[in-house]
Amino acid sequence: MDIKTENLSHIYMPGSPISHVALDNINLEIKNGSFVGLIGHTGSGKSTLIQHFNGLLKPTSGKVLLGGKDINESRETLKQLRFKVGLVFQYPEYQLFDETVEADIAYGPKNMELTEAEIKERVFEAINYVSLDEALLKKSPFELSGGQRRRAAIAGILALRPEVLILDEPTAGLDPKGRDDILSNISRLQKERGITVILVSHSMEDVAKVCESVIVMNKGTVAMQGSVRDVFRESETLKKLQLNVPQITQLVLKLRREGYNLPDDIYTTDKAFEEFLKLIKKSPNQKGSVG
Amino acid sequence: MITDITLGQYIPGNSILHRLDPRTKILLTFAFIAVVFITENIIGYVLIGFLLALLIKMSGIPFKFILKSLKPIYFFVIFTALLNLFMTGGKYIVSFGIFHISREGIILAATMALRLIFLVAGTSLLTYTTSPIVLTDGIEALLKPLEKIKFPAHELAMMMTIALRFIPTIIEETDKIMKAQSARGADFDTGGLIKKAKAMIPLLIPLFISSFRRADELALAMECRGYHGGEGRTKLKELRFKKLDLTAFLVFTLLAALCIFVGKFNLFYI
Repeated sequence: MDIKTENLSHIYMPGSPISHVALDNINLEIKNGSFVGLIGHTGSGKSTLIQHFNGLLKPTSGKVLLGGKDINESRETLKQLRFKVGLVFQYPEYQLFDETVEADIAYGPKNMELTEAEIKERVFEAINYVSLDEALLKKSPFELSGGQRRRAAIAGILALRPEVLILDEPTAGLDPKGRDDILSNISRLQKERGITVILVSHSMEDVAKVCESVIVMNKGTVAMQGSVRDVFRESETLKKLQLNVPQITQLVLKLRREGYNLPDDIYTTDKAFEEFLKLIKKSPNQKGSVG
Repeated sequence: MITDITLGQYIPGNSILHRLDPRTKILLTFAFIAVVFITENIIGYVLIGFLLALLIKMSGIPFKFILKSLKPIYFFVIFTALLNLFMTGGKYIVSFGIFHISREGIILAATMALRLIFLVAGTSLLTYTTSPIVLTDGIEALLKPLEKIKFPAHELAMMMTIALRFIPTIIEETDKIMKAQSARGADFDTGGLIKKAKAMIPLLIPLFISSFRRADELALAMECRGYHGGEGRTKLKELRFKKLDLTAFLVFTLLAALCIFVGKFNLFYI
């Protein structure tokens, strides 16, 4: 489903001395089936923006359109909307509450009033997508490790089978293995099911690895928008917005300045590895200086 | 969602009321409460109303916020007023069926309603213009003399500081968990009492767990910084009475005396 915003603005506590403009006239279009990264400095309005996509926050002015329809129409559509647009909050493990992991993941589907069999099917499908061991289903969520808890919480949203999946920093505070697992699982899910995914992240590496396009927010406005390549090419502009390009890109740019013949559009370590190999093969006499 | 709870909310500003010493404000708030209770007739209440309006104007707090602080007692005010209106004896002016309204009833209903409104509006002015930390500092200073009879003034103040300090945090957290569960289709607003109570479980359990975790972390952090209670502890900001406080005391005493004089003695025979 396409997501579109028209002149979307949001003001917190309007009319009080502490009112704060969180979103200022946002016009965006996110195409069906795309994998979008949403980046921005803390307080740039990312979290406020994504909460408009499933109707948790209402615009102060402007519209949010999902598949061409304004989402703030009636109460009934709002509940249906939450199942269509799955939102995984930051540190989602803090919302686990039920006696067993299985019951917790089933909470969403139960609210959808599905049959027992259907709920069970969805729970199993969801844990498969986050690679959570089936044996953990009967355990209490509070017995799990941090990484497992995070997966269980994400599975709770996946069990809704959302058409749009929004993740707010799903890898924050996880170890490198945990973050790689979660990212590749989401990537697989997006490819297999063709759903739209919006990934909010502070990690440029994560965004470069899995996203197709990037939206950069700054002070409640959209500062940049485009493909991963187009956005990360503007390293100077990103730095002005207190952001950066992936570390590997910083390294490649430095090497380029030193005179090494490398392309300027390397954003992942895999791609960099490939290019380094090519460079070493091409000029064997330079090998010593590379090492 | 629930971020518009006003309990213990402080609105920063630089008005005279903001700059007063917290002890002055606490003592004068108690004096204000006493004046409200002593006053008996409607003219006295009109005067108190003027005094309160003046204080609100001076504080720079939007009138809207004062109304918001009254929200939880609307029902109570109306209930009390109605009860007094119909249950007071005297010379009946209007009667229909078993209901009788007397002149005394009308006056009593109005004074009771005003009394409640003034009490809450007056005390909310204290919390609106005083930050929680400063407020508990003031309470601790006022309770200090009681330490001679082993009253735990510092501990009480510390507990209040912590409780007040964490109200916004817990409100924020509640809001976050509510949103997270709403994203999974939780419905906190519709359905009967039992359904609503059941809907609270996914909210309360995570909230409880994180509160315990936070308390544990806070205790550890305090011990790491060598906290050992109030004995020998000094303050970063010492409280000092200024000229402004003396003026406030004098002005308030005069106005309060006027209110009591008019309110207690029925000058106009109504």
